[in-house]
Parts: sequence; structure tokens; C-alpha cells
Amino acid sequence: MIVEIGHYALTLALALALVQAIVPLWGTLRGDEGLASVGQSCALGQFAAIALSFGALVEAHLASDFSVLNVVENSHSAVPAIYKISGVWGNHEGSMLLWVLILAFFGALVAALGRGLPPILRANVLAVQGLISSAFLAFILMTSNPFARLSPAPFEGRDLNPVLQDLGLAIHPPLLYLGYVGFSIVFSFAAAALIEGRIDAAWARFVRPFALVAWCFLTLGIAMGSYWAYYTLGWGGFWFWDPVENASLMPWLAGTAFVHSVAVMEKRDALKVWTIFLAILAFSFSLLGTFLVRSGVLTSVHAFASDPSRGVFILAILAFFIGGALALFAWRAPLLKRGGLFAPISREGALVLNNLLLTTTCVGVLIGTLYPLALEQLTGEKITVGAPFFNMTCGALLLLLCFVVPFGQSLAWKRGDLLGVAQRLSLALAVGLCVCVALFALLRGGPVLAPIAAGLAVYIILGSLNEIFARVWRRGAPFGLLLSRARGLPLSAWGSALAHIGVGLTLMGLAATAFGAETIATMRVGEPQTVGPYEVTFQTLGSRAGPNYSEVVAKAEIRSGGTLVATVDPAKRFFPARQSSTTQAGIATLWLGQLYISLGDQAGDSAVAARLYWKPLVTLIWLGACVMAFGGALSLADRRLRIGAPAPARTAPAQSMAAAER
Amino acid sequence: MTRKSRRLTLIGVALGIVAFAAALALYALSDSIVFFYGPSELLQKNPAAGSHLRIGGLVKMGSLVKSEGEKAAFTITDNVNNIAVSYQGLLPDLFREGQGVVAEGVLEAPGQFRADTVLAKHDERYMPREVVDALKKQGRWQEGEAKP
Repeated sequence: MIVEIGHYALTLALALALVQAIVPLWGTLRGDEGLASVGQSCALGQFAAIALSFGALVEAHLASDFSVLNVVENSHSAVPAIYKISGVWGNHEGSMLLWVLILAFFGALVAALGRGLPPILRANVLAVQGLISSAFLAFILMTSNPFARLSPAPFEGRDLNPVLQDLGLAIHPPLLYLGYVGFSIVFSFAAAALIEGRIDAAWARFVRPFALVAWCFLTLGIAMGSYWAYYTLGWGGFWFWDPVENASLMPWLAGTAFVHSVAVMEKRDALKVWTIFLAILAFSFSLLGTFLVRSGVLTSVHAFASDPSRGVFILAILAFFIGGALALFAWRAPLLKRGGLFAPISREGALVLNNLLLTTTCVGVLIGTLYPLALEQLTGEKITVGAPFFNMTCGALLLLLCFVVPFGQSLAWKRGDLLGVAQRLSLALAVGLCVCVALFALLRGGPVLAPIAAGLAVYIILGSLNEIFARVWRRGAPFGLLLSRARGLPLSAWGSALAHIGVGLTLMGLAATAFGAETIATMRVGEPQTVGPYEVTFQTLGSRAGPNYSEVVAKAEIRSGGTLVATVDPAKRFFPARQSSTTQAGIATLWLGQLYISLGDQAGDSAVAARLYWKPLVTLIWLGACVMAFGGALSLADRRLRIGAPAPARTAPAQSMAAAER
Repeated sequence: MTRKSRRLTLIGVALGIVAFAAALALYALSDSIVFFYGPSELLQKNPAAGSHLRIGGLVKMGSLVKSEGEKAAFTITDNVNNIAVSYQGLLPDLFREGQGVVAEGVLEAPGQFRADTVLAKHDERYMPREVVDALKKQGRWQEGEAKP
């Protein structure tokens, strides 16, 4: 019964989404305020309906209702409760339901919090959001119904894919979707601005918090996914340039560009058309990612059992929204008024450069991702474009970008002084260069990118600190004054400095991969093995039973110069329900580096094959991403950016005049 | 500066970056494309020794030999033609004889392949698509065969 309620609520949500898509648009066209405001209650109602539907599916999974096909295929009565819940989105149907839930959540957010928005803009935004919702709800109901029943009901489910039985599944997809789908709101705002043919700095102020929220979550989601792959796959790799990973990187790159260009628009009323274009681009890449992952054109852990009709349906949605938005853009963008002027050497100029580099990188990733698919369709040749391609194209462009970052931060708006900025950054530049040269000398003939990246990382971190320092420090000022000056800096300044420091930290972690050590060996109990600066000894090797698996587990002691620094227990799990196994890497975090041990096949009673890695500074890769996201959250907390914050003073007289006229 | 000259600067910089990126991409593409072949296709195309390739098919029953130092040797087959593969490292969790596998590495001599990476299927519902296609080409695949 609960399952039927869920199914019904989903259908209801589709009806509400259709109303939300059509009626407000009609209302704004006819100038009927009543009709235009229908979107708000629809958006709230739609969110409630989808939440109910999602809740019903969670309940079916929790109760192990094996009359539901989705539960049978992706759950098992012995799976721990947390994986029963996360298993809801560990499959195609459920993950699409989560997708629309988050879509509806953002729509409801605009409806509930958008009181300060101009009514026409709000109505149009909700209409576009409703249109996206309708398309995806129709997709779920027609091709991937999560509530399909099975008769007769089997006694036991087929179990959740063991790779997915991990806390990572509970966290990674929701975070990633909050980011992915969060850009839908940005897209809706852009489309609404184009429909209305009007855009100004206020638009940028409204849309920036949404973009920042989406960006923060996407950053965290990608980092989480990468860490999950790192510890769960047992190869010690954290990024494989897999098409599915690229699919999440592309919206991130476009979104990062958008977050920067929308700042220019808000402050200087410039780059309007470009900002709109980026908004369309960011969500288009989200849709492209959904298509790549969900249509079955790719094979990867993320591609669940697929059926061709789904691919065609998503392709149609993709073509409609991207094509429609670009057509709207071509038609309406010339109507938008030109914005403020700026000299090429200025903060705006630097941000334009940032945008150019980010979008070019994004196109590079796009080519590397789609070229093999296109080639296969055209000639039947199967190729892969591997890491070397991406490292070269993206690496070079992003390192160039990293070099520009501190300059951009320090340049003044409108017209900047390049020489003055270079002087201010001289210390950071010098230290960065020293690090780079020292590492080159140390590695001698090793990888080229690593020392450059490490030097740049130091330079970005110092440059960002320098920017804050320069704005706070006054010669001879007492400490208390400095403190209050620091407190007086807008949060967005702290936020951007922190986010850039995060970029530096991640870059540092990436550069440090060149300095790691790797050993593959047969480990016998009691025999030490050296990896990097540490010795690893397996003390015991045994087996034990878990709730729905059995595992071979080793107890490994890690010593540095004879003293014990950590013990880990790497394991290899076997899941009888699916006849498959997973590797549970043993990871010891030593300072910022990690010692990573994963087990292979057992060779006799007291010996086992194992991979041992020493990865210096590796945690910085993900910590850096967390710092970036925190920086984004900090600028989100800036008072100026809060949704519904009072309008700036100069518009106040206009409002009171309007009030007087009434 | 006039609006026009500003715009020209912007377009100039943009074109410069795009040209740089295009040059990088073309250079990298010419260098890092890896072709995928099944055993029969490999025999037919006969790429030069030393080329970087991906080979896919089934692991031949009874062909897996493990030796000291984490070395493994096995045969990839499409039940028509075979290719011998050597590999040093840990085989993935899901590597089994008789099941689908993709190996990436270097062709050392015709019919002799040294793998750097071995990928096995992820679960019983997933079979590397390239492997399925390669088997289909040989007429060795019936739809639904992989499903339990």
C-alpha cells in the first residue's frame, strides 16, 4: 500500500510540475499576477509529493519488501540498515528519484525564500524549473518506475552490489546531486532572464547564493567520490579520467567559471551575456553527465543495467533543454543591455582570463570524453583517451590558471596596476620559484609537472594569505585594531582567499603523488617489507565473518625506524549472495600522508599478495577540496548575499516613491 | 581605449588560448589514443610490436599461471583466436577464468602481450561492453548469456 502511495505521489508531482511549468508563464505573458504566483504553491506541493514518494521507496527498502522489483534487485534482508537506505539511490531508478527530489527541493527553496525576488522573475524561474521537473518525472514514470511490483515475490533479494556497500554511497551521490542539480536553478534563472529580456546586477545577487551552494556541494561530492574510489577500489588511485568522472568535472569547471563571472556582474554590471551563457553551459554539462551515466553508452561502475529506450528519452530531454536554451539565448541575448567597461589589466580582466581558461579546459575534457564515443559510432574503431591526454591538456591550462589566480585576487576593479601587484606578490613568487627549482634538482629527470605544480601550490597559498594580510596590515597599528580590521573584511573576501588556498592545497597533494612509493609483494606473516620511509609487518592473517560476508583479514604493523606508528587491518571480503568480493584497503594516516595496504590473493596459510603504497601529502587532495567548499560557504554567509537581504540603499528611495504613489 | 580595441584585445586573448588548447589537444591525442581489439581483430589488424593497446575477451579456462613475485600469465580468448598475456601485479578481485577481462598494455610480439593494467567485470550484471562486442563479432555471444 505504501508503495502504491509513493507511486501515486510521483504521478501527482508530475501533474503539479506541468501546472508549474505552464500556468506562471501564461500568467506573466498576460500580466495576471494571480496566475503568475501559482508556481510557488506548485513548487512546494511538488516537493512534498516527491518527498513522500521517496519516503515510500525508503520504507520499502527498510522493510525489505521483496514484492517490489527495485528492492529485490538491490537489497537483501541481511544488509545493514544504513545500506538498505543508501541502496535506495544505489541503482538507476532510485537515483533518478533522488535527482528529481533535489530538483524539486531547489524549486521549493526559490518558492519559499524568494520573497525579495521581482515577481515576474520568480514566476519565470519556477516555470522553467517546473519544465525540467516535468521532463524528468515523465522519464521516471515512463521508463524507470522504481515502484514496479514483482509477482510472485521472492523470499530473498539479490543483494546490493558489494562495491556499493559502503558509507561512501550514503554520502557521495546526495552531495554530488545537490551540486549537479543545484545548477538547474542557475539555469532556470538564466532562462527566466532571457524570457523576460532583462538582466541586471540584482539578478546576479539573487542567483549567486544558489550557484555557490551548488558549487560547494559539487566540490564536496567530487572530492568524496574520489576518496571513495581511492579507498574502495584497492589500486590507490583517486582519479581515473573515467568518462563518468569527467561528466562531473565538466559542470564543476563551468560552474567555477560561473561563480567568478557572476561576481563581476554583481559588482560591475559587466559580462552579462557571457554569464548567462555560462549558466546555460553549467547545467547543460550536468544534463550531459546524466545522459552519459544513465543511458548506458558507457560501461563503468556508475552505469547500472541499461535499456536503450532510456538513453533515447534522456537524449531527447538533453536536446530539448540545451537546444532550447541556446536558441533562446541566440534570440534574446542581443536584447540585453551592455554592461560596464573595464581595462584589460583589471580584476574583471583577470576574471575573464579565468573564465576563458576554465571553459577551454572544460572543452578539452569534453573532447577527450566524447571523441572515443563519436569515433566508435562513425568508424567502429574502439579507442580510449587515457590520462596522458587529460594531464597534458587540462594540466597545462589549469597550471596557467593557477599562475594567474593570485594576480586576479590582488588587482583592483576597473583598472589595475600590474607592476604594483607583482611587487606585492614578489615574496610568494620567489618562494614558489625556490620550491620548484629545489624539487627539480631533487628529482632530476623525473616528472616535469610535479615540481611546477608544487611551486605553484606554494605560490597560490602564500599569494592568497598575502592578499588578506595586505588588506588587514597597517604599519604600527596595535594588534586590537588589526583584529577588528580583519573582522571588518567582508566574509566574501575571506571566502575567496580560503577557496584559493584550498586550490593550492589540492594542487600540493596532486604534486606530491610523484614522490610516493609502491611495492607489490607476497607478504609472509612476521616478515617486514619496506615501503617509502616505513616498514610494514603482517602480524596475523586470519578470516572472520561479517553480517553478509566473510573476509580474510591481516593485522599489519607499521614501523618507522623500529617504533610502532600505526596498525591497520586490510581485508578482502567475499559476498556469497552475489558471489563477488571487494577489497578493504588498510589505510593509516600519518601526518598528511597515508600508508595504503590492499590485499590480493592468499598464497598459503601464512602468506598473502599485497600492494603497499606510501602516499605523502595525499590527504591534501581532499582536504583542499573541503577548504574550497568551506571558502564557498563562507562567502555564502556574507550578509550582502543572503536571499531576502534588504536591497541596497540606493534603490530605497525608488521603493518609497512607489509606496507614495499608491 | 575604445570599446572596439578592448573587444579586439579580448578576442585576441581568447583566440590565443583556444589555439594553445587546440594545439595541446591535438598533440596529446596523437600520442595517447589507445585502441581496443579482441584477439581475432588483433590478428587481423596486426599492429606493430611496441604499440600501446587494450585487449579484451574471456580468460581461457585453465590458462592462468601464477609465479613468484606476483607475476601472472594467462590467455585471453574469443574462442577462435588466443593471445598470451603476462602481467606483474595483483589481479583484480573479480578476475576469474572463463570470464570477461580487459587488459591494457604493450604488444611485445605478435600474440604476446604485456599488461600494465587488468580490469575485470564489476559484478554479474556487468560485462565489459568491448568484450561483448568482440565476442559478438565472432558469433560467440548469445543475448542474455551473462545474466544468471
